[in-house]
Amino acid sequence: MAGAEGDVEPLHRALGLTDEEFEEVNRVLGRQPNRLELALYSVMWSEHCSYKSSRVHLSRLPTEGDGVLVGPGENAGVIDAGDGIAVAIRIESHNHPSAIEPHQGAATGVGGILRDIFTMGARPLALMDPLFFGNLDEARQRWLFEGVVSGISSYGNAVGVPTVGGELTFDAAYEENPLVNVLCMGALPVERLVLGAATGPGNLAVLLGSATGRDGIGGVSILASAGFDGSQSSDTTDQSKRPSVQVGDPYEEKRLIEACLELLDAGLVVGIQDLGGAGLACATSETAARGRVGMDVDVSAVPRRESGMEPWEVMTSESQERMLAIVTPGDWPSVAEVCGRWEVRATVIGRVSEPDRENGQPVGRLRIRESEGGAILADVPAASLADDGPRYRRPLAPPADLESRRADAPERLAPPGDCGEDLLALLADPSWVYRQYDHQLFLNTVEGPGGDAALLRLAGPGLPPSRRGVALTTDGNPRWCAVDPRVGTAMLVAEATANLACVGATAVAIVNCCNFGNPEHPEVMWQLSEAIDGMSEACRAFDLPVIGGNVSLYNESGGADIPPTPVIGGLGLVELLACRPPGVGWVDGATVVLLHPEGPPPPPVLGGSRWAAEVRGHRSGSLPSLDLVAHRVVVALVSDLVAEGVGGGSGLLSGVHDVSAGGLGVALAEMAVASGVGIRVEGVRDHAALFAEPPSRFVVATHRPDEVLDRARAAGVGATVLGIATGDELAIGALVDLPVARLRADWSAAIPDALGGRR
Amino acid sequence: MAPRVGVVVFPGTNCEHDVASALALVGAEPTLLWHRDRSVGDADAVVVPGGFAHGDYLRAGALARFSPIMEAVSTFAAAGGSVVGICNGFQVLTEAGLLPGALQKNSTLRFMCAPVVVTVASDRSALTGGIPVGTELTLPVNNFDGSYVCDATVLDALRAEDRIVLRYADNPNGSIDDIAGICNEGRNVVGLMPHPERASSELIGSADGLVLLRSLLSVAVA
Repeated sequence: MAGAEGDVEPLHRALGLTDEEFEEVNRVLGRQPNRLELALYSVMWSEHCSYKSSRVHLSRLPTEGDGVLVGPGENAGVIDAGDGIAVAIRIESHNHPSAIEPHQGAATGVGGILRDIFTMGARPLALMDPLFFGNLDEARQRWLFEGVVSGISSYGNAVGVPTVGGELTFDAAYEENPLVNVLCMGALPVERLVLGAATGPGNLAVLLGSATGRDGIGGVSILASAGFDGSQSSDTTDQSKRPSVQVGDPYEEKRLIEACLELLDAGLVVGIQDLGGAGLACATSETAARGRVGMDVDVSAVPRRESGMEPWEVMTSESQERMLAIVTPGDWPSVAEVCGRWEVRATVIGRVSEPDRENGQPVGRLRIRESEGGAILADVPAASLADDGPRYRRPLAPPADLESRRADAPERLAPPGDCGEDLLALLADPSWVYRQYDHQLFLNTVEGPGGDAALLRLAGPGLPPSRRGVALTTDGNPRWCAVDPRVGTAMLVAEATANLACVGATAVAIVNCCNFGNPEHPEVMWQLSEAIDGMSEACRAFDLPVIGGNVSLYNESGGADIPPTPVIGGLGLVELLACRPPGVGWVDGATVVLLHPEGPPPPPVLGGSRWAAEVRGHRSGSLPSLDLVAHRVVVALVSDLVAEGVGGGSGLLSGVHDVSAGGLGVALAEMAVASGVGIRVEGVRDHAALFAEPPSRFVVATHRPDEVLDRARAAGVGATVLGIATGDELAIGALVDLPVARLRADWSAAIPDALGGRR
Repeated sequence: MAPRVGVVVFPGTNCEHDVASALALVGAEPTLLWHRDRSVGDADAVVVPGGFAHGDYLRAGALARFSPIMEAVSTFAAAGGSVVGICNGFQVLTEAGLLPGALQKNSTLRFMCAPVVVTVASDRSALTGGIPVGTELTLPVNNFDGSYVCDATVLDALRAEDRIVLRYADNPNGSIDDIAGICNEGRNVVGLMPHPERASSELIGSADGLVLLRSLLSVAVA
């Protein structure tokens, strides 16, 4: 190819740049890049940092709405929550690091997302972890599962941020490529909101936190932006990626959080940015590009963990627990003092510089020098790294067998011999996981893990007083999205709003984590495009802005892609949080009512259901239909009914649960287990009605059924009385008749037994 | 005048704000004490809260005992001042020699965050004074090293001198003799693994912890 010298050509490919991208670097610079410059472009133009395959699709999402203070593109989305408090939220993936080294991979995922939140000036207050593994009957899956949970537990607990919820999915499709997503919510006084921009030529670039080592070099390019080959022996390329996984230190991060929040409170920083993927290369170029200035970096000033590091290693290392602060020279002594008290290292490593004039335009240049004022080792336009990465409109195509797959409907499968046995197989208590997470710190957790959504007081150190509540949920469902990525993703957004309603909250924004396979496969790009369209349609129908997102591609192994796995993080608000929501259980004597869209229920559809996939291994057919308008009406009624009790009034409900994965059968079983009280339900005709997963349905329990039915009628919501909660058996028509104690035993034992009986 | 309570903060401590706000709920005036401080000031009582002091590196509490504030806490305790260590604070007090025994890994070999029921086993301590023996309280535990262990001589002394102040109703972690909390010979230094501050409101699941914090204040200013 033109312009490449013999020994340079293999290097750009080894660093993950295509020949065309290398040409583009030559064009931008007007010359060939040197080795350091090439390293900068390779990490910043990686799929992980540049979103080069997904940007053209993400632009279709609605991102604006009332109360949105910061939308996508910054470190976190921020909304105005009222009472002078802003809420920051972000979701990320740490999939490939966790597949290689589960404990550190998951731990550093937590560390990374915390920095994104306190970068905005917010104190991190809650974490959620949606996790996807293969089935636990395999030893390697148990190693991955236990390692990931211990990594989240050890880092999250020690850094002092509660993990208040998440999701757990086991599916053979994730055997080689588990998914570890993490969501973080933080809050700040509105006036403290800061953005990651460098301004004011002459200001200092100060590196805070850990020394820089050789860990995590190429994490974004080698590890995050390429698939696995699928072999597990110790000398394969997959295992050789282990040094690209970073190592976390929650104690360093804890002090870094406290020091940074104190600096922000005291108004001592002009701008601040975390160092995550692509390390200093990313932080220096992004802050300079946002501030439309240049930056001079003295690479020799960067504190190092080991000797002999090359400048390109220093600039691209992903060593954890580091931040870049922009500080005026006058404030530097005070900054050094605050950091000294928290025992956080602070080092001036560069200065903000005036933009150059090029063709009459200001161009901020990132100049990396050998020493302060010394020889220039790299000289590139900062925005070319941060903003001008390649964008691809990759070919997309639906799978060739789409029509025949849709025609192969699971409704035609033979009915179960014993619906009760199939129901038991679908029950699993996730408490083995969440008991290992501190989910209570800050005394905010009103509804913790295990319910439909987490509900927290909107409070924290340094926040103005408020009686509001904030609710969080994460929702992913590879079974739905594999059958139909468009409708499946819309159903996920709908489910997020339903989960938030169960704790009395109204959804105000979502974030998304798009976990997909190899974008060079047209079928994967079709899945991504469909998922974005489904998300977009649902968000527009619900007036929900998308305020942030993360795209994780190349989730593949041995050429096999994971099922499309968009994960929706939902954020809801409660106006007045005075009492606990009713929760999943019901109480003895309560009337149990199914709330659903008005009109006769459509025939049950089993496509994408847990029963079809997990019990029968059937992953075809079509999804149930989703009426976005009707969904919104049902959700609003449930949210209102719960909020009335949560606000301190005499709430009508004593139990509430949305009907989701596993269908009505699993919803009723979970409510019976949660309360220890049974029920006899008539009118569920067959296994399809028991296990189908049509959206927009809630089971509620009440001692004032007439009032609930009146409210439903007035709201235009269908309501069907299922029965009275009582006794110690769950009996559903002629299909299920099981003691609640048996349900509870199987539910409790599922995960510990799969792990070898360790309770 | 509101009782003044010093709340010790090491780098890595994370329950200091929670303890301070729960103390304020029962009428105390909490003050945060930084680990480099050499005095507890005019505190009527001192709480060493939970978290991961100095990252719990080496061993939980092993480094924290060398922070300057611990000399001041020891002096305060020697003069009869009420000192309560919660969770990591209990671990720090055993490492500092203010309480006997040690906390080792839970018998499950996993971190455990869950509400447990504890029973007041002695009404003669800085934290349980005036609370009837046998009172059941629901309090969360949140630890990896929560299993209390000591040698037979210490256990005999703890029993004989009525120094076991809280016991688990259903032992969650393998603690010897179901011990959830103990006091020193002077009865003014108490360590416990459950978190009273996490049971400070029905909204978050239980308000039982306020019973203990009220007792702390009334004993401290008595």
